[in-house]
Amino acid sequence: MTATTPDGDARPATPDAPASPPRARRRSRRLAGAGAVVRRRLLVAVPVLAATSLGMFALGAASPIDPAQQYAGAAAFTTSEENLAQIRANWGVDDPLPVQYARWVGNLLRGDLGWSTSRHEPVTSVLAARAGWTLLLVGAALALVLLASLLLGTLAAYRRGGWFDRALRAGAYAVQSMPVFWLGLAAIALFALTLGWLPAGGLTDVTATGTDPVDVARHLILPVGVLAVSQAPWFVLFIRDAVADSLRDDHVLAARARGLPGRTVLFGHALRTALLPFLTLVGTHLPELVGGALLVETVFSLPGLGAVTVQAALGADFPLLAATTLVTTVVVLAANLATDLAYAAADPRVRLDD
Amino acid sequence: MGRPVSIRVTAAAVAGVLALAGCSSSATPQGGGGRAGTLVVATAVEPDTLNPILNYGVDGASLIFDGLVSRDARNELVPALAREVPTVSADGKKVTARLRDGALFHDGSPVTAQDVVFTYRAVLDPKIDSTLRSDLDMLASVDAPDATTVVFTLKYAYAPFLQRLALGIVPAKALAGQDINKAEFNRRPVGSGPYRVTSWTPGDRLVLAANETYWGGKPANAGVVVAFVADDNVRAQRARAGEFDAAELAPKLAAGFDGLAGYRVHQVSTADYRGVMLPMGNPVTGDPAVRRALNVAVDRAAMVAGVLGGAGEPAFGPVPPSSAFAEPSIVGKAGADVAAAAGLLDAAGWRPGPDGIRAKNGRQAAFALMYPAGDSLRKELALAVTADAKKVGIRITPEGLTWDAITPRMGRDALAMGYGTPYDPDFITYKLFNSAFAAQGFFNPGSYRSAVADKALNDGRDNADPATRTAAYATFQKQIAADVPWIFLTYLRHTYVVRDTVTGVTPRVEPHEHDVANSLWWNIHTWTRKS
Repeated sequence: MTATTPDGDARPATPDAPASPPRARRRSRRLAGAGAVVRRRLLVAVPVLAATSLGMFALGAASPIDPAQQYAGAAAFTTSEENLAQIRANWGVDDPLPVQYARWVGNLLRGDLGWSTSRHEPVTSVLAARAGWTLLLVGAALALVLLASLLLGTLAAYRRGGWFDRALRAGAYAVQSMPVFWLGLAAIALFALTLGWLPAGGLTDVTATGTDPVDVARHLILPVGVLAVSQAPWFVLFIRDAVADSLRDDHVLAARARGLPGRTVLFGHALRTALLPFLTLVGTHLPELVGGALLVETVFSLPGLGAVTVQAALGADFPLLAATTLVTTVVVLAANLATDLAYAAADPRVRLDD
Repeated sequence: MGRPVSIRVTAAAVAGVLALAGCSSSATPQGGGGRAGTLVVATAVEPDTLNPILNYGVDGASLIFDGLVSRDARNELVPALAREVPTVSADGKKVTARLRDGALFHDGSPVTAQDVVFTYRAVLDPKIDSTLRSDLDMLASVDAPDATTVVFTLKYAYAPFLQRLALGIVPAKALAGQDINKAEFNRRPVGSGPYRVTSWTPGDRLVLAANETYWGGKPANAGVVVAFVADDNVRAQRARAGEFDAAELAPKLAAGFDGLAGYRVHQVSTADYRGVMLPMGNPVTGDPAVRRALNVAVDRAAMVAGVLGGAGEPAFGPVPPSSAFAEPSIVGKAGADVAAAAGLLDAAGWRPGPDGIRAKNGRQAAFALMYPAGDSLRKELALAVTADAKKVGIRITPEGLTWDAITPRMGRDALAMGYGTPYDPDFITYKLFNSAFAAQGFFNPGSYRSAVADKALNDGRDNADPATRTAAYATFQKQIAADVPWIFLTYLRHTYVVRDTVTGVTPRVEPHEHDVANSLWWNIHTWTRKS
């Protein structure tokens, strides 16, 4: 975290100040250091990515798995050692680690992520064909989680201890204890088999001739819903506690005392204060969301990155593993940066130091 | 490449927004959608590539390609791209195939002898990542004296060579001058088979359209969609939701469809065995008495009923009962014979110790039995063997491991095995039980050595005469039944659930590997569906 909270900078809000011009000025001043922060983060990202990819290759060198044997599959039982050695030589996987790594980095700089030995196609085309679906699943689920948890958490906090609050908390604990896999199968059993409302899996109808957006949307309702529900408890409980706390804050009590309507106080004052630590939570929870997405893809037979990542790990396919790891690392670094910038934009006390 | 992808992602993002908006009202009933007459099948295993040179559907029935020969419902060779089954010279070293007229690739170009030559030469090229090369180690050269004749020259006479000619033929024009390992062809192939590839979305489905100009006649349906659903439970649930006309399911999941209106369950016999390899290098399993005792102590009937849910049959050797070469005299009792096993061990000097485990010269009758950790079927069979062995005073320690942990230990510890093809006994015996291949990777990992078996295996492949071959394989089967280098436990039955409106389903004996190719839908171009 480069965002700091210097005490001297905390100024009381002036409720009577004219609305727009000073606010705009203040916001632009708050993000003044953003360019420098982004530049510095990019500089830090390079060694992080280099270390991550080198780590992947070191693991590959230490792994006892023979990628050629994995490639052969059941034919390994009928394939001679000589034949496997020829395949390994074609791939250059018996070369020393520094040679393999240098070759990989050289290709990477030319925009070539290498050849996936487990998928038999260029790593770039594996990512191009699949990363979009995983990102769509994660993005849609994240949006749904954020919306639902903000709404439900705030409502629960407003009537703390009421029936809605108690039901929501019980539900959240129950969902938290259910594996994603199980939730997915249960959702299929209910919505696809018993009720027949939604398809049980796949990206499109099996007989569809293309990827029609409406068809895809219908197929994504269950996976996105299951992923969102499975990830929601953390966020819902967090918002509920944070809003409940901030409802007792001075500025909220003051707003109430001034006779502002309940909804304005709840969403405009209490929730807004509670949002700040929530941003951090979203940033740190993103990797878990990606992990959940990989499981959901398996349950709903979606052609995302989940299955290929597992296959790459089992088949010692390090070009593909390194690429998926790099993509994940980039996403996490970007999420952290975005969180910090959002923090600075949302909280006047936070300044991006430069 | 960037533009279509970004368009697709944008479209998908729009779709996601629609999904969030909750447009569930647009839901339409499942099944029956799409073009009339398109059949949908579902399988667990997805091919890595659709190029026969790189091991796609090498035993034929690949839907997209034709070999020189193919196999009928009884797995007998019949001519395909060849006009008649190719002829073998008197010395067995020259095989001549004459191509049929009028066979076209999906791009409209004719299938020529040059295409056949190109296909087989590519397999033999060390620069190409084909594991099929190991199966063609007898092939010296392949040439095309004219546009319709192909001549294979072998290094030595090899009786089952014609069985290797089911390999799909690729058009030389589509691949010449390219790096075959990385060619776009591997994802969007051009073949000559009953179906051409419309699209393949890895991880999702393969869409095939009927080849209207197929030399064997227009397919009876408009196309086939193969859905790839790796997880057994998910596949069963989607089958239940009515998405598939035919789906492969684990026996216990398929049992849920028994008596369900609208579906039939097919149990298909296979050459797919499960067994235990007993290494000669282990002092306990190296003793023939221990191996023979274990062979009669295991309760194969209980394994078929309990572990396989009835979808299997007891196995006593590597040659499946469906093969013309199967030797009937080696078939033993399906149940356990504890008394006979105890008698064998007593006679060999293995006496029960105080803890019930037998010992001889201070060595306990104990060994480890490895199985691949992810394979629940082999695990259950290993546990069943362990329990049966305990009843006769042999202690087995089952160990679930990854293949990289298993491979270095195969010379010392027992291993749960599974493989098998129904096509020729040579394929499933020669390298597995021949002393020349002892301790060469997976070939003869237990280092079984028998001069009688070696000679019989060589006679089996050197002689073209069927009677001589039958006699050789009878000798071989009796020899390994006496020596017990492996305990064969069961042959599996592959189970499928098929909609009862589908007609034309003709099960045939299946090999271990069955996915798009060589499954129940080997002849799907003759299937129709009543609507």
